[in-house]
Amino acid sequence: MQRDKDIVLEVEDIHKKYREEKILKGVSFKVKKGETKVIIGPSGTGKSTLLRCINQLTIPDRGRVWLEGEEVTHTKKSINQFRQKIGMVFQDFNLFDHLTALGNVEIGLIKVKGMDKNKARQKAMEELRQVGLENQAYLYPAQLSGGQKQRVSIARALAMDPKVILFDEPTSALDPELIGEVLEAIKNLAIQGMTMVLVTHEMGFARSVANEIIFIENGKILESGSPYKLFNNPKYERTRRFLKKITELYGESSEKR
Amino acid sequence: MFFTFLHLIILIKRDIIMIENFLMIYQALPYLLKGSLITIGLVGGALFLGFIVGVPMAVGQVYANKFIANSISFYVWFFRGLPVLVLLFLFYFGLFSLLGLNLPAFTAAILVLGLRSAAYQSQIFRGSIQSLGEGQMLAARSLGMSKFQAIWNIILPQALRISIPGWSNEYSIILKDSAVTYAIGVMEILTRGNFIATRTYKPMPVFLTCALIFLILTYGGVKVLDLLEKKLRIPGYVFGRREI
Amino acid sequence: MSEFYFIRNILLLPLLEGTLITIKLIALSIPLGLILGILLAVGRVYGNKLISSLCAAYVIFFRGTPLLVQLFILYYGLPSIGIFFSPLTAAIIGFILCSGAYHSEYIRGAIQSIKGGQMMAAEALGMSRVQAILYIILPQALRRAIPGCSNEIIYLVKYSSLAFMVTLIELTGAGKIIASRYFKYTEVFLVVGIIYLLMVSVITKFLNMLEKKLEIPGLE
Repeated sequence: MQRDKDIVLEVEDIHKKYREEKILKGVSFKVKKGETKVIIGPSGTGKSTLLRCINQLTIPDRGRVWLEGEEVTHTKKSINQFRQKIGMVFQDFNLFDHLTALGNVEIGLIKVKGMDKNKARQKAMEELRQVGLENQAYLYPAQLSGGQKQRVSIARALAMDPKVILFDEPTSALDPELIGEVLEAIKNLAIQGMTMVLVTHEMGFARSVANEIIFIENGKILESGSPYKLFNNPKYERTRRFLKKITELYGESSEKR
Repeated sequence: MFFTFLHLIILIKRDIIMIENFLMIYQALPYLLKGSLITIGLVGGALFLGFIVGVPMAVGQVYANKFIANSISFYVWFFRGLPVLVLLFLFYFGLFSLLGLNLPAFTAAILVLGLRSAAYQSQIFRGSIQSLGEGQMLAARSLGMSKFQAIWNIILPQALRISIPGWSNEYSIILKDSAVTYAIGVMEILTRGNFIATRTYKPMPVFLTCALIFLILTYGGVKVLDLLEKKLRIPGYVFGRREI
Repeated sequence: MSEFYFIRNILLLPLLEGTLITIKLIALSIPLGLILGILLAVGRVYGNKLISSLCAAYVIFFRGTPLLVQLFILYYGLPSIGIFFSPLTAAIIGFILCSGAYHSEYIRGAIQSIKGGQMMAAEALGMSRVQAILYIILPQALRRAIPGCSNEIIYLVKYSSLAFMVTLIELTGAGKIIASRYFKYTEVFLVVGIIYLLMVSVITKFLNMLEKKLEIPGLE
């Protein structure tokens, strides 16, 4: 099948149910190189499940995923080959508690990529500098603030030189005053041309960074489009109401913080 | 053809041995089960003695003056630091006869296992008392209770309940340790098993049967203590300490 | 016979020899028991149904029966089906098999106390199951299991005396021989007891130091 060379990630018709409850009922989208997609929607509509289906941490019941034209689902290759190339940042950080910030960033390089230890250390330090944490390199997760933890986990994902990074509500577990620094780091990535898929409630941020916003409700994409279109001229009343509510709840702009 | 025949003979011979073993165990079982009564008596006696001695020790360690508390700590350190086998030898062959006591092995075993268990049990109870916090004692004293009344009526009823899981653990430890009294000739399960094994030259089935009896006693006893714990449960009490 | 001669040549030298054998016993069984415990715990948590229940059954048997019975099976029972061990080998094997079962319960508890996100994050980085267990789960779980496993190691030091019941002349055995020959049970076993107390104290100190050294902020 001939595919668009610009497309990094393609998700096709993903279905997933837990017990009898259908969480995802056929979700498809494509992400181009350098693009930032933001996925929004009410809680419990399977946004996190969708992200986990992409790197197969959750195995979808149906549907396919491609990374740079190679199929991730039903692959003969080890799934770990793909996971190295798909970064993931979790809501609750999931930093490895027994490793320093530096250790967290370099362990994937050493154990998964088989990189030489000195090289890995250099690269890890570079990534920490990128998120402004070179001075915290030797601290353990328990000694870092929430915002710092999330920045380390972004550096950990970045270090693997991923083709795309998935962010699963990266700021939801943070105190309000710490959200800004994390959004700042993500924004920098967008500017540098990293391909990203984000699940978030930060509408101001979504507005300023997203190339496209995807609105998911009841396990399906209800509507998608540019931020301008969704905020100013949505197809469905439902979208407008959700955006209004969420903007009131979380504030309009991250820059104000 | 020849091999099939040979195979058959081997099979038959094995079956005969199996049947022989079962018969032997069947005959030996009453003798072994009498041993388990002795084991149960030993464990019951030792747990009881350990409880009677361990509770005042725990109270002493928390509430008594420094000298008493330190003496108790020394006792605990000594009894917990020595192997049960060494304690049995030391007391049964040494100290008891030095004191002019000519105790039967069974009684000596209860005393040694019990005094040793007191050291362990006291630490279980002490932990529970300390986990109650000072508030309970303060509240009791503010009602006009004496220290002794407060300990008896307020502290111990709570502390002992919290201690049940640890205590159930202590049961299974003593049960298993009771087998060591074989070394001084107490006629418990293993000693009897050993008799049969040397007489019949069939140690494997005999010792496996002993193991099975112990297995049943261990998990059966723990189950009974679980039921006891449920029965004594009071809303608001979280039983079971975190192991980690 | 002078008191000094008795103490030095008849009491202390044989006891010292016995102590060396006891040290040999525990030095071999402690690390191997720990390794067995790790394997059992990992098998129990991450193994398939068959492996997991086999590990569970193993733990139930070895924690539910007295170590002494296990030693009797190994030393007196197995020869009847053609397997012979020397007293030393039987004792070491028995200690490894038994302490492995106890260790595994502490380690299993520690593994299960680790949040699921750790495994998920490791897999998201592209680690295989084995890599994730080896580099992420076990380093955390083993640290948390240290207090429990330390306790078990101390128990093992004391229960090494049971090797005498399968005719190995270790510290307790050496003591018993001297004590019954000279009929000085109290004195001899007090000395034997002090040697055990010393060993227990030294090892406890060492394990506490190890725990301190391996301590990481936020990992209790």
